[in-house]
Amino acid sequence: MTADDMKRMKIRSVLATDCGSTTTKAILIELHNDEYRLVVRGEAPTTVEAPFEDVTRGVLNAVMEVEELAGRRLLDGERIITPQDGDEGVDIYVSTSSAGGGLQMMVTGVVKSMTGESAERAALGAGAIVMDIIASNDGRLPHEKIRRIRDLRPDMILLSGGIDGGTTTHVVELAEIIAAADPRARLGASYQMPVIYAGNKDARDIIKERLEAKTALTVAENIRPTMEQENLMPARHAIHDLFMEHVMAHAPGYKTLMAWTPIPIMPTPGAVGSIIHTIAKREEIQVVGVDIGGATTDVFSVFQDIFNRTVSANLGMSYSVSNVLAEAGIGNVMRWVPFPMPDKEIRNRIKNKMIRPTTIPQSLQELIIEQGLAREALRLAFEQHKALAVGLKGVQQERTISDTFEQTASGETLINLMELDLIVGSGGALSHAPRRVQSAMMMLDAFVPEGITELAVDSIFMMPQLGVLAEVDNDSAKKAATEVFIKDCMIRLGTSVAVVGTAKEGARCMKVQLKLPGGETEAFELPFGAVRRVPLEEGEVAEAVIEPAGGFDIGAGKGKALRRKLSGGVVGLIFDARGRPFVLPESESERIRKLGEWAVAMDLYPKDPQELL
Amino acid sequence: MAHAYTPGLRVTPWTKILKERRLPLAGEVLVKKGDRVKAEQVVARTELPGNVQPIKAASILGQHQQDLMEYMLKTEGASVEKGEIIATAKSFFGLFKSHCFAPTQGTIESISTVTGQVIIREPPIPVQVDAYVSGEVVEEIPEQGVIVETEGAFIQGIFGIGGEVHGVIAMACESQEEALTEGHLDGDVEGKVVVGGSLVTEAVLRKAAAKGVRAIVVGGIDASDLQQFLGYDLGVAITGSEHLGVSLVVTEGFGEMAMAERTFELLQRNAGRYCSVNGATQIRAGVMRPEVVIPIETEADSGAPGAKALDMTEGLKVGSPVRVIRAPYFGGLGVVTDLPSALEVVDSGAKVRILKVKFKDGKEAVVPRANVEMIEE
Repeated sequence: MTADDMKRMKIRSVLATDCGSTTTKAILIELHNDEYRLVVRGEAPTTVEAPFEDVTRGVLNAVMEVEELAGRRLLDGERIITPQDGDEGVDIYVSTSSAGGGLQMMVTGVVKSMTGESAERAALGAGAIVMDIIASNDGRLPHEKIRRIRDLRPDMILLSGGIDGGTTTHVVELAEIIAAADPRARLGASYQMPVIYAGNKDARDIIKERLEAKTALTVAENIRPTMEQENLMPARHAIHDLFMEHVMAHAPGYKTLMAWTPIPIMPTPGAVGSIIHTIAKREEIQVVGVDIGGATTDVFSVFQDIFNRTVSANLGMSYSVSNVLAEAGIGNVMRWVPFPMPDKEIRNRIKNKMIRPTTIPQSLQELIIEQGLAREALRLAFEQHKALAVGLKGVQQERTISDTFEQTASGETLINLMELDLIVGSGGALSHAPRRVQSAMMMLDAFVPEGITELAVDSIFMMPQLGVLAEVDNDSAKKAATEVFIKDCMIRLGTSVAVVGTAKEGARCMKVQLKLPGGETEAFELPFGAVRRVPLEEGEVAEAVIEPAGGFDIGAGKGKALRRKLSGGVVGLIFDARGRPFVLPESESERIRKLGEWAVAMDLYPKDPQELL
Repeated sequence: MAHAYTPGLRVTPWTKILKERRLPLAGEVLVKKGDRVKAEQVVARTELPGNVQPIKAASILGQHQQDLMEYMLKTEGASVEKGEIIATAKSFFGLFKSHCFAPTQGTIESISTVTGQVIIREPPIPVQVDAYVSGEVVEEIPEQGVIVETEGAFIQGIFGIGGEVHGVIAMACESQEEALTEGHLDGDVEGKVVVGGSLVTEAVLRKAAAKGVRAIVVGGIDASDLQQFLGYDLGVAITGSEHLGVSLVVTEGFGEMAMAERTFELLQRNAGRYCSVNGATQIRAGVMRPEVVIPIETEADSGAPGAKALDMTEGLKVGSPVRVIRAPYFGGLGVVTDLPSALEVVDSGAKVRILKVKFKDGKEAVVPRANVEMIEE
């Protein structure tokens, strides 16, 4: 099929897989009555490592499960039937991959907070883990940088530095450091290290001279052509191409897998970013997405049409759980726990989870501690995200020179919690919490959204497959990705309404009038420090008039009433009068009392936490 | 999920153990297939390219980088000694000379007229790999290393620190419930692998390191003691490169925990034997647990001929002996009495696959399948 045929094709069915490090997940999407819907999903263990060492085995196993569940043939022996012929096969097959530890990169820049940070954003946005940023001004001696490059063995290096027309000395120096390190790629010594040069265009020839013999060098447009411009997409595309050509092609079985799909296999987080960006654009909303895994937590955001992604490499709920404790501190974890426990006991429990990462909480006590850790992991990952999603206002957007100086000092974050419309959570801690309201509260406590924000979870983590589908150059593929995302992927939890401002506990805070579906009305006042949950089914909308007390803001300004339609969900509406900034009481007994009160108001646990005391 | 349980750690009185001994890059293999090797014997060696030292030669000479070649006394590829002059510039009609000295011995790798840098590569660093376990070379991996086979007892711990060491097993505690104290290390423990019972503390680890103990094998350690001994709070369980004077293998977990009876007895039976210990742990995809390898001549010498090895492929079944590995029954040993296929709601409110276990004291409990590990009979 030619690219043009592909572009014009009206897609009737899609098979998409995500080859994760432990599980390969397949989904089947079909078009019925002009509407794309998820039909079935299947999964099988990933087979990248011994004894199979062939990723296609796991893919075929997952597809066979889909075949069985859908009751129609998709495979002809070991080949996916494309295009769909009658009741057999699918029109398109696409895949993402994070097997083998994903894409691990090292980036360079001349000034760490300028080209270094731009390079970091380019790599993260492409779905990579950034192992280190080497910059001319990072304070390390050249031989230390060389040793670091050698020790880390990244999959790929993004070499950037300098603006077009500026001095070439520093970026050439960085190239010389890379050449001296003579880096070996992580997956086997049989191929050369892929290096992308995306710096000062005047240095291209010298860079080629320094690196062409020692590395697999690719030249892309400068990520920072001028001080006022950031141009990340060409470098991101180059990263995706090289990921396919050099990294994935050396992983077992990927050559075969690549031949099955007409579009490049994307790194999983890159695909998740793509779907989130697509949705934000389509709905014209500001979104934060989070995926909390066992080892890492990824945060994605789209504000003012700028997409950002960060990965907190050592914040996770199993392998990295002990690091959450180390980074957050025991006090921050325990502040979410409505019963006392000696420090020693907590530390031992968390370390035991680290060494036996597949265990799950059996008692309510253990669950509450684990959800406290999840809140801290999410909070820290979001802090890191806010610090990187800053400053430069994206591709080709002009800034004044004064903006530039502001950015270099401390770029202002793009994340505006009052403007945030939707938070989508995924990953075990959020997708598989025993009660959906627990996921909602974890996201509220960690991200502290302001004003009106919808909350959702991706229960089966379909975002990667939909993300790669959204990248296909075909309108019906994009339509399929967004329709399935909205109708099948997201479980809408409901809407949170949170006031900004603080007062004494019990002070007047907000007055709410609700017109519920069916014409019923409900009116109540919520004092400061309280939370209230109002059931409202998924798909239902309530008309609300919210009047904050003087000094409090709900989005319309201090003390100004707001009239809005609020969407329901499996949790319903959450009215949060705990204030922003959100501060827990300092005294332990007071804090435990408040946590217990909120848990009861939200129906958070199967029993009152007071019973655990 | 097909494998919802943690496969148990191996504790086996007699098994065949294969150890791959590989160089980090191509080199020379010093032994051949069929050779008997000792644990400390070097089996392969190579040389890592030396470190490189960049020197800002042009700026040291106070000259423009484009002109650097004019002042160089050495060319690319030339050998230099530490302190040797590699470039000289004259200024003010030759009255003043400035020199650029080699900061290290090595060879000139490159001279850059763009950056004004000269890069010197230091001499290669020798790297060698020993056999780690005494045994027989069963395979030679050309230019890379060998596979050594030995037979004997094999014990996996749950967590450890420190790298590969060797020594004679010395039982310090009388029972698996007894905590290891500083007093237990008063005798001659230098070069030994000391076995404790339920707990080791930071103070005991420090004394062990000071007295030259090679490794400590023990049931549990408090997380705070580990933090103090390491000097930092371990965030991710990737260890093995610590150099604290003693390696540690923890068999059960964090907190005071009696070593599994079977493990303690196995070590006791092999007291006085020479063993290999590795504390390295990696809990990520491709799990690596710490271990004790005790080579034994014949199966009869193992003291447990005909012992049944754990068959991980069989999975859990009614009658399987298990250990619970999470609160509230952490450490409990028992036998599986039921494996219902339907999901059940546990106290946390989660709906999960469970099993019923009958503990040694006769009490029965429901436990999530993910929270038990199989143990050997």
